[in-house]
Amino acid sequence: MKLSPATFRALAKGDKAADRVVPPTGFTARLTLFVAAAMAFLAVFALALSLAAGRLAASWGDELARASTVRISAPEGQMAAQTAAALRLLEQTTGVASARALSEAEQQALLEPWFGPDLPVASLPVPQLIEVIETEQGYDPAGLRLRLQAEVPGAVLDDHARWRKPLVAAAARLNLLGWVSALLIAATVGAMVTLAANAALAANAQVIAVLRLVGATDIYIARAFVRRFTLRALTGAAAGTALGIVAVLLMPAGSETAGFLTGLGFRDWHWLIPLLVPPLAAAVAFIATAVAARRVLGGLS
Amino acid sequence: MIELENVAYSYGGGELLSDLSLQLGAGSFHFLTGPSGAGKTTLLKLCYGALRPTSGQVRLFGSDVTHMDRDAIALSRRRVGVVHQDCQFLDHLPVAENVALPLAVAGQAVPGQDENLRELLAWVGLTGRAMALPPELSGGERQRAALARAVIMSPEVVLADEPTGNVDWEMSQRLLTLLVELNRMGKTILIATHDLQLIRAAKAQVQARVLRISNRRLQTAGADL
Ligand SMILES: Nc1ncnc2c1ncn2[C@@H]1O[C@H](COP(=O)(O)OP(=O)(O)OP(=O)(O)O)[C@@H](O)[C@H]1O
Ligand SMILES: [Mg+2]
Repeated sequence: MKLSPATFRALAKGDKAADRVVPPTGFTARLTLFVAAAMAFLAVFALALSLAAGRLAASWGDELARASTVRISAPEGQMAAQTAAALRLLEQTTGVASARALSEAEQQALLEPWFGPDLPVASLPVPQLIEVIETEQGYDPAGLRLRLQAEVPGAVLDDHARWRKPLVAAAARLNLLGWVSALLIAATVGAMVTLAANAALAANAQVIAVLRLVGATDIYIARAFVRRFTLRALTGAAAGTALGIVAVLLMPAGSETAGFLTGLGFRDWHWLIPLLVPPLAAAVAFIATAVAARRVLGGLS
Repeated sequence: MIELENVAYSYGGGELLSDLSLQLGAGSFHFLTGPSGAGKTTLLKLCYGALRPTSGQVRLFGSDVTHMDRDAIALSRRRVGVVHQDCQFLDHLPVAENVALPLAVAGQAVPGQDENLRELLAWVGLTGRAMALPPELSGGERQRAALARAVIMSPEVVLADEPTGNVDWEMSQRLLTLLVELNRMGKTILIATHDLQLIRAAKAQVQARVLRISNRRLQTAGADL
């Protein structure tokens, strides 16, 4: 039994007589359907998780890591001078695209979530923040830190990359784990179908013997089983995928920045990926049953 | 058609059959007798490729079975109709479908076959039982259904293992007549049986050779039957 277009056509078209030679089995059929559906449902979530983590890793990695902050804490009188010195120094640093001191209003906006809107920033010893945007190549943080130390004693370089890197790595790892889960799910479907097919082949040993006595080739016998399990996996996985997609759609919406959990879902062409789950499950079932049938039939006289 | 040359067979213990040669030529009619357990069924299995000889050569339609793969054996079964001693059927399908199974399996099921099928079932006296399931049949009915299934493909060779074991004299005469008629159409027939009366009745109708297994070997039985 080969994975040829002709085989698939024969499978799709079906052979009523060939289907009837194997007695129907209600219970295993329902179990196979159920497991295929459950696995497809899980696969949709694993894929959604993986893709969302991938997006997050990409966006954190790109936008955020290219911005860093210089924080200047200085006595009231020296603040302006030190800020100007730091800006001058930053502008001369290679790898810095631009540097800009945040205005009082911007700083207030940053602090607002913690202290409320009425905080008089000007009257408090709040450090001055300078936003540094890197160029594509980036600057050398260690060198910049040394020079700042020498020329602007109150300045501290806050290189976001330092604390973001582990987060980006974690998101990338989550992405990988999602794909590994999807692969494991596919393997589980294969294992489950192999077990079910072996059970069906064993339970129908007499049917196989009779078919063989009247001149059935292995392909004919195998096809009766392969067709069943492929259709069951396809049907179950289609139902599971549909439920999984509905569940993903029902996730509360939120912008990507609002958080990781609300970003769970598919974007744009990624919607096509879960649609691949049912045909893939069918292909896995097809191969698993064909291999099981070949092994069992090959062992007979 | 089927040739055995110096064939020996053992199920693992001592040799059951040894140094056995047999030629089933086109259009021949053979009986095979011997005490129970002598190896009649085993010999028939060697003849349709269900068993491979432990030594010697078995040729089915000119090809050596030791060099035939499973599919080649399966295809050769379409040219050999077999009535098994323990007639096995697909128990979930009615008799009519079981009888037509060789056609379905060979991909030769055609719309016009229903008429032939009805005729064949009438011939073996199963018209009224066509829609019954095999487990609902009596022993004799099973054997008649098995014979109908064996000949539906109009095979070149018919091997029958005790085809009249469970039927009354009249029915066994009818089955014999069917086999004799097939032989007159040029089919090769080999019947394993204990029933000497049946052999005598056949000898009146066709030229039949009688083979006997004794002491692990095949002998041509004398004319004293
Ligand atoms: N699969 C098997 N494994 C081991 N021994 C077997 C097997 N099949 C048959 N035998 C033994 O081989 C011997 C011949 O069996 P066989 O069925 O060929 O006899 P037979 O001549 O057809 O007998 P009967 O007239 O009772 O049908 C018997 O002793 C039987 O027990
Ligand atoms: Mg026997």
